[in-house]
Amino acid sequence: MAREDYEIVIGLEVHCELSTKTKIFCSCSTEFGGEPNTHCCPICMAMPGTLPVLNEKVVEYAVKAGLATNCSIEKNSKNDRKNYFYPDLPKAYQISQFDKPLCYEGYVNIETEEGEKQIRIERIHIEEDAGKLNHDEYGRGSFVDLNRAGVPLIEVVSRPDMRSAQEVEAYMRKLKSIFEYIEVSDCKMQEGSLRADVNVSVRKKGAKEFGTRTEMKNMNSFRSIVRAIEYEAERQIEEIEAGNVITQETLRWDDVSGRTFPMRDKEDAQDYRYFPEPDLVSIKLSDEYIENIRKELPELPESRRKRYIEEYELTEKAANFVTSSKYYSNLFEEAIEVCKNPKTVGNLIMSDIARILNEREEEPEDLKFGGNELGELVTLIDKGTISSAIAKKVLEELFNDVKMPSKIIEEKGWVQISDEGAIKEVVMKVLENNPQSIADYKAGKDKALGFLVGQAMKETRGKANPQMLNKMFLEELNK
Amino acid sequence: MAISKEEIIHIAKLASLNLSEEEIEKYTGDMQEILEFANMINNVNTEGMNETVAANEKSNVFRKDEVVNFENRELLLQNAPSQDEGMFRIPKVIN
Repeated sequence: MAREDYEIVIGLEVHCELSTKTKIFCSCSTEFGGEPNTHCCPICMAMPGTLPVLNEKVVEYAVKAGLATNCSIEKNSKNDRKNYFYPDLPKAYQISQFDKPLCYEGYVNIETEEGEKQIRIERIHIEEDAGKLNHDEYGRGSFVDLNRAGVPLIEVVSRPDMRSAQEVEAYMRKLKSIFEYIEVSDCKMQEGSLRADVNVSVRKKGAKEFGTRTEMKNMNSFRSIVRAIEYEAERQIEEIEAGNVITQETLRWDDVSGRTFPMRDKEDAQDYRYFPEPDLVSIKLSDEYIENIRKELPELPESRRKRYIEEYELTEKAANFVTSSKYYSNLFEEAIEVCKNPKTVGNLIMSDIARILNEREEEPEDLKFGGNELGELVTLIDKGTISSAIAKKVLEELFNDVKMPSKIIEEKGWVQISDEGAIKEVVMKVLENNPQSIADYKAGKDKALGFLVGQAMKETRGKANPQMLNKMFLEELNK
Repeated sequence: MAISKEEIIHIAKLASLNLSEEEIEKYTGDMQEILEFANMINNVNTEGMNETVAANEKSNVFRKDEVVNFENRELLLQNAPSQDEGMFRIPKVIN
């Protein structure tokens, strides 16, 4: 059978570090970085006799995340113990949630090429992060830093509803954007505050049963996730086509070789022996508590998207793009306060700003300039002070050094030439140097006009007002 | 319900315990007794009663989200068999 006869089935467990000030069960700081073992205390280091106390903000943030992803909230919840040995887990158990997660049965919508698609969320539960193991190249051992041990996480478990790597990326970007909007996490993938365990299986199209799945743990970049899924699906199809059976196992994705490798001993079947956490009491949430959180939710991307289309007449594509990130969306709203031109602001964000970020391998949260700068830039285009070609150059400048665009164009001498005399001078010079183009134009070749305008732009290093150039060339040519 | 020798070996493995043959025999018997005791509770009629989630009936014991740093790394690491640059040094973990 061919590749197209198979369907890929993907489910995700997304781990997201909550942006509380303190850890989930003790008062240590959750700040990233910091000297090893300086954000630690006897509780998160699992000293005998210590007891955990749950951080109230963790419950609040998890409920917020649940409500923003259309989940039901469990009013009678509790914590459970998940038992396993690993050197980054000082208690030899992780306090998590088993059968009563705080949030359950939600969904988010993603945009796909075939239109909107719903991805169901099975549950969201709270748990503690593990510490970090460092290895040195001399083989002197491993080194345990427990600053991250006890940092609160939510784990968002999806149903196996995704059918391509692209859908997975869209789903993760959607979660990231929602959690940023509601400010429960900074979702910095490079710092590991957003990462995913990816479950992949394949089956013949039309089959009712799922195939055997493999799991890739702790993936923390969109690019790796997409590559890993594509590789792993391809590998599974080849195995099946060769008459082999897929084994359920945990794999490690290696970014350098672009391959997956088996990670754990298969004999070592996972047996976490969950039981209710005896050191903590149950979590009972009232309707009033839940409704108060619901009321405090900020405007979510879905709603902003609709508003941008109705109120500002953005295209569906632009509205989707601008609301894909809180940072884009806030930049958009601030900029249109200044320039009152939503269409141009939307287009600049979608095309030029996104392109430059991409080239710099940065994310929207890395943007250093704000709505004031972008708004003024659009005003300068609208007033005809600069051409859109120059506007792109100003944007590039803004990424390097944040200054008001009016200042940048003044310093660089980029003000558009709109002076009729000056334009005329350029037009005459270009015509004089290109007699062939004049002849072409007179012979009916309209393209010659474009060439002449291009020459004039070159002559003025992009500063001439293109509308004026066009008009003046036409006048001269039709004389 | 009878517990098998294999189950004792599995549980010992999960707990990272190395048991001798005699110990396995002994614990199989001991564990059987514990299970039988638990079974008595299992057989109590609980119809119409609410599920007990925890032995402690309290709920909602929370902490405010305010940072209090411990600020004594030496004390935290003082019992570590081996340490280096403020970290616990352990045998190399290969994954």
